[in-house]
Amino acid sequence: MTEFLQQLINGLAFGSILALIALGYTMVYGILRFINFAHGDIFMLGAFAGFYLAPKTATVFPLPSIAGAIVVLFLSMLICAALGVVIERLAYRPLRKRPKLTVLITAIGVSLFLEYAGQFFFGAAPKKFPDILPVLPITKIGGLSLNSNQLIVLAVTLILLVALRFIVMKTKIGTAMRAVSFNPEAAALMGVNTDVVISFTFALGSALAAAAGILWAINYPSIDPLMGILPGLKAFVAAVLGGIGNLPGAALGGIIIGVTETLVSGYISSTYRDAIAFAVLILILLVRPSGLLGKKEIEKV
Amino acid sequence: MNTLRTSIILAAALATAGLLSGCNQSSSSSSAGSDCVKIGEFASLTGSEATFGQSSHRGTQLAIDELNAGGGLLGKKIQLITEDNQSQAGQSATVVRKLISSDHVVAMLGEVASSRSLEAAPICQQNKIPMISPSSTNPKVTETGEYIFRVCFIDPFQGTVMANFAHKTLKLQNVAVLKDVKSDYSLGLAKFFKEGVLANGGKIIAEENYSGGDKDFNAQLTAIKAANPDGIFVPGYYTEVGLIALQAKQLGITVPIFGGDGWESSSLVPIGGAALEGDYFSTHFSPQDTAPAVQSFVKSYQAKFNETPDAMAALGYDSAMMLADAIKKTGSTDCTKIRDALAAETDFAGVTGNITMDANRNASKPAVILEIKNGAFQYVETVAP
Repeated sequence: MTEFLQQLINGLAFGSILALIALGYTMVYGILRFINFAHGDIFMLGAFAGFYLAPKTATVFPLPSIAGAIVVLFLSMLICAALGVVIERLAYRPLRKRPKLTVLITAIGVSLFLEYAGQFFFGAAPKKFPDILPVLPITKIGGLSLNSNQLIVLAVTLILLVALRFIVMKTKIGTAMRAVSFNPEAAALMGVNTDVVISFTFALGSALAAAAGILWAINYPSIDPLMGILPGLKAFVAAVLGGIGNLPGAALGGIIIGVTETLVSGYISSTYRDAIAFAVLILILLVRPSGLLGKKEIEKV
Repeated sequence: MNTLRTSIILAAALATAGLLSGCNQSSSSSSAGSDCVKIGEFASLTGSEATFGQSSHRGTQLAIDELNAGGGLLGKKIQLITEDNQSQAGQSATVVRKLISSDHVVAMLGEVASSRSLEAAPICQQNKIPMISPSSTNPKVTETGEYIFRVCFIDPFQGTVMANFAHKTLKLQNVAVLKDVKSDYSLGLAKFFKEGVLANGGKIIAEENYSGGDKDFNAQLTAIKAANPDGIFVPGYYTEVGLIALQAKQLGITVPIFGGDGWESSSLVPIGGAALEGDYFSTHFSPQDTAPAVQSFVKSYQAKFNETPDAMAALGYDSAMMLADAIKKTGSTDCTKIRDALAAETDFAGVTGNITMDANRNASKPAVILEIKNGAFQYVETVAP
């Protein structure tokens, strides 16, 4: 039982990072109906932004400290948000009126560009991510080892999810986002500036990916320019699983994939981990083709 | 039908070999080829195992530079042609074909990782180009054929050494194994370690897997912790080992973790940090060895690259030096003769110990065990074959 609970915590921590990345995929899909395959690499850039910001931050806020960690997290979210906007402006906006396939291939191109530019500028060898958070002694509750980093991942994810929910549901720009996602032409006719909304969506999604990158690097402090590929892919699966275009669905999908993978590696065999996670995806899509929380798409003729 | 097809394939292979082997036809190749001895090297200079590849390459480069400073080979300069395989599967085959067919090298040096040496070995064998792997320890590498050699010991030996060390020095009874299912090296080492532990009367009480490139090992480590072992054997690469040690400590696992030469890298301690203290690994070489040959190698390596050589650098150095020794003895760049001279190497004095080629073209030589202490690798003991 203790072992099961421990595995569950491991899975939740891993899954909530995937959930943060999955939100970016699903938001962009919701608005533009295309998969931004470069999203996993924004996650990688988030971790590297933290890597280079940490020594600079340490001159003002000595690291490791909670205040310093928040500054690093916030700044790299800001940098990645700006980067997301720039990528959208340069690579995707010129193709707005082109077939979706063109944009999709461009996204793959942007992804490869970021990965190899990363290898060129950061070097290919894995780097040690600095300790930006004080590591608290391991708390033991009835045989459970609670590690402060895992708890922080859960807490930060929860805070960001609530903040995102607030932005999307309660603010003016959030309402505009939902309007564009519902019908871009009608929203434009109603006076919504779709370009601003799309830029904002990219900024929001990229900031969440950067947060995921920092949380990931705190837990697994070895970062390299290709680190975004696998988590990006898994988060994409999570977004599809939860129903792409649906925000709570993406978070739920991330948690499901994370917990399934951890339980499979813990109890069956890590060799079949990915296979079983993808089998779960196929099973769910067989029963609910538009994902767990996805709405049925009505094909307009 | 089957024999017909086999013979067609064979004929095609022979024709290709004839076309590609620049070795025996060095006179017919470009004029630049005649005033230097060309040696090919394929290495993981970038990508996931880059620090290994870089070290090995520096050792090789140092050997070639020293040889050239001493007048080269057979009155000619040696030209080392290095190709990067980016630590990626499939790339080694491509770059090795290029080295053989367009650069006309007389011999091949490489690689660190067994899986990538296994890719290149059949191509060298087919083209009858002698290949020396500096540090691929999986037995299958030299089983490819009579043109494939290595200057390091093999997994059965290393696995047995660690099993004996766990039994005799660390006095462990119940051991857990956490291996990388994606790597031939890790699987081989785990297999021979398990056999050694069982032969010593110990028990393997948990066996878990991961895939190279993974970052989260909490699931496997939680399962291992539940089995309550005396020690954990992790025959993986440094890229994962640091994170494994870190997550093990975070889960409250305090037993020693130990592994093989895949651990040795200057990137290991920066990632694993204090979590690695008191852990052990077996390797080929220790710069703390007081033998004069070792100390002079360490000195010239430090002078050239401004860092202390690791085992990969020492093996890269030995692979080039042993090849040069064989070419010197042969007195020509004839591939078959170089191969015969390599096969006959006995007690070649390398910086990683005296190397003797056995009947299977594997090096028979000692291993050293190092402990991670205060963030540095400390020499513990040498184990003879």
